[in-house]
Amino acid sequence: MNQPPLIELRGLTKTYGVGDAMFQALKGIDLTIERGEFVAIMGPSGSGKSTLMNLLGCLDTPTTGSYRYEGIEVETLNANQRSLLRRYALGFVFQGFNLLPRTSALENVELPLLYRGMPRKERQEKSIAALNSVGLPNKLNNTPGELSGGQQQRVAIARAIVTEPSTLFADEPTGNLDSVTTKDVVEILTRLNVDRGITILLVTHEEDVAACARRTIVIKDGLVASDTQRS
Amino acid sequence: MIWNAFDIAVREISRNLTRAFLTVLGIFIGVASIITMVTLGGGATLAVKEQISSLGSNLLTLRPGAGFGSRGSSAGVPHFTEMDSVILGEQIASIAAIAPVRTASLSTIYLSNARASTITGTTPAYFQINKWNIAEGRFFTDADMRSGGAVCVIGNTVRVELFGTDNPIGASIRIGRASIEVIGLLATKGQAGMGDQDDTIIMPLSTLQRRLIGRTSSNDINQISISAVEGTDSIALIGEITQIMRQRRNLQSNQDNDFNIFDTRQIAETLGSTTQLMTMLLAAVAGVSLLVGGIGIMNIMLVSVTERTREIGIRLAIGATASEVLLQFLVEAVTLSCIGGIVGIVLAFGLCYGLAQVIKVPFNFNTQINVIAFAFSAIVGVLFGYMPARRAAMLNPIDALRHE
Repeated sequence: MNQPPLIELRGLTKTYGVGDAMFQALKGIDLTIERGEFVAIMGPSGSGKSTLMNLLGCLDTPTTGSYRYEGIEVETLNANQRSLLRRYALGFVFQGFNLLPRTSALENVELPLLYRGMPRKERQEKSIAALNSVGLPNKLNNTPGELSGGQQQRVAIARAIVTEPSTLFADEPTGNLDSVTTKDVVEILTRLNVDRGITILLVTHEEDVAACARRTIVIKDGLVASDTQRS
Repeated sequence: MIWNAFDIAVREISRNLTRAFLTVLGIFIGVASIITMVTLGGGATLAVKEQISSLGSNLLTLRPGAGFGSRGSSAGVPHFTEMDSVILGEQIASIAAIAPVRTASLSTIYLSNARASTITGTTPAYFQINKWNIAEGRFFTDADMRSGGAVCVIGNTVRVELFGTDNPIGASIRIGRASIEVIGLLATKGQAGMGDQDDTIIMPLSTLQRRLIGRTSSNDINQISISAVEGTDSIALIGEITQIMRQRRNLQSNQDNDFNIFDTRQIAETLGSTTQLMTMLLAAVAGVSLLVGGIGIMNIMLVSVTERTREIGIRLAIGATASEVLLQFLVEAVTLSCIGGIVGIVLAFGLCYGLAQVIKVPFNFNTQINVIAFAFSAIVGVLFGYMPARRAAMLNPIDALRHE
């Protein structure tokens, strides 16, 4: 029996507001993503690409349509079950980093493992390894306030990958970074995809960041405008 | 899961010590103030009751004059006679003991120490009526009464001021123009509403009359002290005394009483209810401070709600369930409230203990108010800590993350 695709969207829509203020951000997205892909989602601002990302990451719920993750019908899950799906399968990197303030890099990275109930020693070992892999072995005890933007984003990546998720969602991860640190972050993401086989969905509006992905999906006005594979 | 939530909550508290401190401050000030005020108020009520019971229970005092105030002036009103006292004692069954009292203010000298003292001349029944106990020596007796012996008993204040460290028993002091032997020292009673009760010299009435001030009239008794039989209805007793006294003083039915009867039990009840009212007032003031403390906590929680909503968003995004996040916030709120409550109780205990000594009221630990204050603080802390978190945890994670 064939394995179902990792992500399968059919007629997914998302509407915000009611009445006159109603705004349809997504107007019916059909999309299939397989395991191990590196997909860049592009589009002008307001096109709905971040909305799509939030729906895929179970951070938000669609208005209509179906979303299957590894064959699971996500729209039938309750908030609790979606939390557990995020806990065990998904990782997130945000434009605004979203690290806990006044909390050391190590503790930030440990956090998702804490919710998995992992013992302290194992938790710390894995977190230190994750921070090593993003090139921050010396910043374990620094809080976000003591780190540069690039370093904060690398802590966020370490937090996302420490649980070894099957899919990593990155929403404009380089949006707040300069060109040098952008290159670093793109390199780290590429390595995660190639070396560890983590499926990566990357939202960006920068062409050179999207260039690292093997597949580029362009969203315009809430619909898929183009879907191109690079050999 | 509980242990996990506790772990996370403790980490979160230790990261935000300022916020934690301000929350705890709000709670412990409220708790400490309400406990302190109610405890000290209770102590004051108790002190008033103790002082009044030291005056003697069921004690009635008959004085010339219509009562207190301008109409109550005793000027020109005849005093009582020793016969009044005897007749009242014989005719009213519910009088347990009765003593005529005559007072005079005279200078007293022992060696080189001199002071003005109030001298009370009375009968031995006076000691029983006013609940005096002897500390050293003896009371004077009916034999001393008959002979008009030059003897007296003194209160502790007189002993300290005249004798210092000397033994007063058997010593003679000069009172007015006579030399009087001290035969007894009274056990100390302390301060009462009407001054220092221990500043007194008591001697047989006949001694005072014959040796010290002489007699110009038989109407020389300025007070009659009466103690009622236990369980007597004091209103009825006052009625009986009034009736006999009106007859003896030849008052017509259109004339007002020219004497008054002072009932300690009534005074005790009035003072008791007044201090109770004061305690309730203090408790209300303290309740307001507890409320203000609660509002302080609410402010801290509301100010931090943006940051905390984002925190909740982050936790939800990386896989925490809403119930795990809520449990963490509940543990945080309970921990801070309990710390605040316990610190408040400890502080209140210290304050009550110290202040009770300063304002001289008994320190009486009031379990009830401690429990009430602690419970209230816990409820306020948990309510204001938990409710905003509950709202945030019900949001979609992305909405919580974007909260501004």
